[in-house]
Amino acid sequence: MYRPVRTAAWSAGLVVLLVVVSLTSAALGPVRIDLVTVAMAMLNAIVVPAGVTVGSASIPLLGLSVPVPGLEYAAVFSFDVPATRQIIVADIRLPRIALAATVGLALAAAGTVMQGFFRNPLADPSIIGVSSGAAAGAVAAIAFPALVPFGGLHLSAFVGALATAFLVYAIATDGGRTPVATLLLAGVAVQAFLGAMISYMLVHSGDSLREAVFWMMGRLNNSQWSDVAFAFPITLVGVLVLCAFRRDLNVLLLGEEDAHHLGIEVERTKLLLLALASVITAAGVAVAGIIGFVGLVVPHIMRLVVGPDHRILLPTSALAGASFLVATDTIARAGPAVVPVGIITAALGAPFFLFLLTRREVHSV
Amino acid sequence: MTDADRGDDERDSGFGPEPVTVSIDGCSLAFGDLSVLEGISLTIEPGEFVGIIGPNGAGKTTLLRAISGALEPDSGTVRIDGVDVHDLSSRASSRLVSVVPQDTSLSFSFPARDVVEMGRQPHRSRFSSPGPEDRAAVERALERTRTAELADRPIDEISGGQRQRVVLARAIAQETPVTVLDEPTASLDINHQIETLELVRDLVAEGRTVVAAIHDLNLAARYCDRLVLLADGAVARDGPPASVLTGDALAASFDANAVVMPNPVTGTETVTAFRADCHADSHPERVHVVGSGVAAAGVVARLSAAGIDVTLGPVSSGDTAAETARSIGIEHLETEPFATLSPAELEAAETLIRDAGVTVLADFVVGSGTRALLEVVDDAESLVLIETRPFEERNFAGSAARNRYESYRERAIEVPRRRVLDAVTAGDGNRPQSQPSPSIDPTDE
Repeated sequence: MYRPVRTAAWSAGLVVLLVVVSLTSAALGPVRIDLVTVAMAMLNAIVVPAGVTVGSASIPLLGLSVPVPGLEYAAVFSFDVPATRQIIVADIRLPRIALAATVGLALAAAGTVMQGFFRNPLADPSIIGVSSGAAAGAVAAIAFPALVPFGGLHLSAFVGALATAFLVYAIATDGGRTPVATLLLAGVAVQAFLGAMISYMLVHSGDSLREAVFWMMGRLNNSQWSDVAFAFPITLVGVLVLCAFRRDLNVLLLGEEDAHHLGIEVERTKLLLLALASVITAAGVAVAGIIGFVGLVVPHIMRLVVGPDHRILLPTSALAGASFLVATDTIARAGPAVVPVGIITAALGAPFFLFLLTRREVHSV
Repeated sequence: MTDADRGDDERDSGFGPEPVTVSIDGCSLAFGDLSVLEGISLTIEPGEFVGIIGPNGAGKTTLLRAISGALEPDSGTVRIDGVDVHDLSSRASSRLVSVVPQDTSLSFSFPARDVVEMGRQPHRSRFSSPGPEDRAAVERALERTRTAELADRPIDEISGGQRQRVVLARAIAQETPVTVLDEPTASLDINHQIETLELVRDLVAEGRTVVAAIHDLNLAARYCDRLVLLADGAVARDGPPASVLTGDALAASFDANAVVMPNPVTGTETVTAFRADCHADSHPERVHVVGSGVAAAGVVARLSAAGIDVTLGPVSSGDTAAETARSIGIEHLETEPFATLSPAELEAAETLIRDAGVTVLADFVVGSGTRALLEVVDDAESLVLIETRPFEERNFAGSAARNRYESYRERAIEVPRRRVLDAVTAGDGNRPQSQPSPSIDPTDE
């Protein structure tokens, strides 16, 4: 029977792995920095709220000035680290590592949920068109900035992703029921249509073609702390709520009618799982572009290691996904050639997946 | 499971669902244009084991799904303990009804114990780990279904029958007052069929109300308190097994010729069905059967199942054929075993044979006591010969008897037992149009 201790032990181990991978990653790059300095620089970057400040804001028309409360942050540690190294670690490498971990966490968690939800080992986070929707939004924002009324690339991709997921869900829903097979086919059809739209936009994108193509390859360069601030809270909340539905996900594997007889409100639970998985995927894809194979391969590997029970599979897959993307992104930026990380994940993930397939070790979900 | 100590365990657990009533009132349900249930009304009393029987496509599974709340009827209601199941949340209904579906194939490798543990889902909050009560219920359910030794095996690597018992364990762990089973014994071997149904009886004795679709009519008769015969989406018969399982009811619903007689071992109704496609349209007024043993019993049962008026005899008291005739309620001339036929008995036999449209000789044994009967057979209007063993083995009256018997062979239609109905129908018009291949066929069943 399920043992919470086992889940806790595996999760703790994977958190340690993530810390080690992150430390190592921060040490690697054009400038090599020793691990101790990296650790000290990382600790220096930790800030906590230290007090309340009162600023002021003026209201133009009335000519008034009103007090606005704000938080003051203070560093917890102050190790002696050379300023350039502190900047390289804390402002250049660390945001990229944090973003890689966030996106890896989101994609692996969403992939696990989608494979369970669709009872299909080939399901991945983008199966209902989230990635295509994000790509359409992003390419539109890159190629035709004038056509996108609301701000920035990230928001455009995020909105595109969620709008697509909602559209697919709406198409597949009939009379309050959403058959999983219809959802899958509607996802495939909408993805094909969006693929045509994206190709059309690319043909007419002119000078921005290169940027659009790079976005679609999935990359984490020029990551900012603001990207992390956007994606991390959404991912964290999403993954935590999904974790609260781990047992429901197990029961849903028995089929919808059995799940109903075991007390699962099937349609409501399906909608919630789908919505959460789509939102965290959208958050990840919006900041990092389309990064393939993480959401497909990581859950399969973890299923081999810890078994099919979502109570342990979901948290461990999410954490393993974070480590996996930090590691592959390190290869992408500090390896022999600097390339978008999506190339590395697919180039490593696909052969590994084929290896698992030939060993017949990919358990059905 | 009848062990007394296990019964004690059960009481210690403190589990005693309040027995509840299931009432189905005017339930109609259609899939598109296809009407599956038509105004079904049934009340299932607390602690009753009701078997739903009926031919394929009669609506058994649909009725069960309507009872469990998986399908909402187009009209009518299903109430459990007075509450309409379709008004309940999944969680509330899953605390009232547990379901063992017909198709239990699961294609993922959860250990069997975890599948049983899913039965505790309705009783647990979202954030709790399985508590001692849950663990105890799971272990108890594994014990009772004798699946404890499978508990750690992946569910997709055990046999279909084992999987069915694991899913039954899940329903037991769910601890609901009502359990719905769809063909619970379909993929079980005979040992586990009996074990499973005994277990279901124990659950009923503990106060559970059980509704089960059961294909095997003999098992249904043996274990259910009450049978409901469905035909074309409506209740054709409803009542104790003996009143539901009758030749007429089965012939009408199943389109098969069947004889129902008490099982000599269990004493409950046993159904034997025969092909219905040879149902005699122009059969003789009456067929008389002379013979004994399994061959004569089979002939009597087949003819009777086809709706033909049959008489038998003389036949020794205690002979299988005599027992069969008695349990189906067929007129037969019973004689004292091993005795020579009296003139009165011979005369009675002669009358039966002379007035019958067709006389069937089924493994007729000729001994000193029955030798005179061989002469009487000569009066038969038309003869059919059934042999499952050679005449030499049945002749204790010498060559004269053999010559007489062989002379009958020349004018009779000779067929294996299972073709008796064809032969009787053909024999009514005297000679057959095309004679079925004669054979001595002890394995013709």
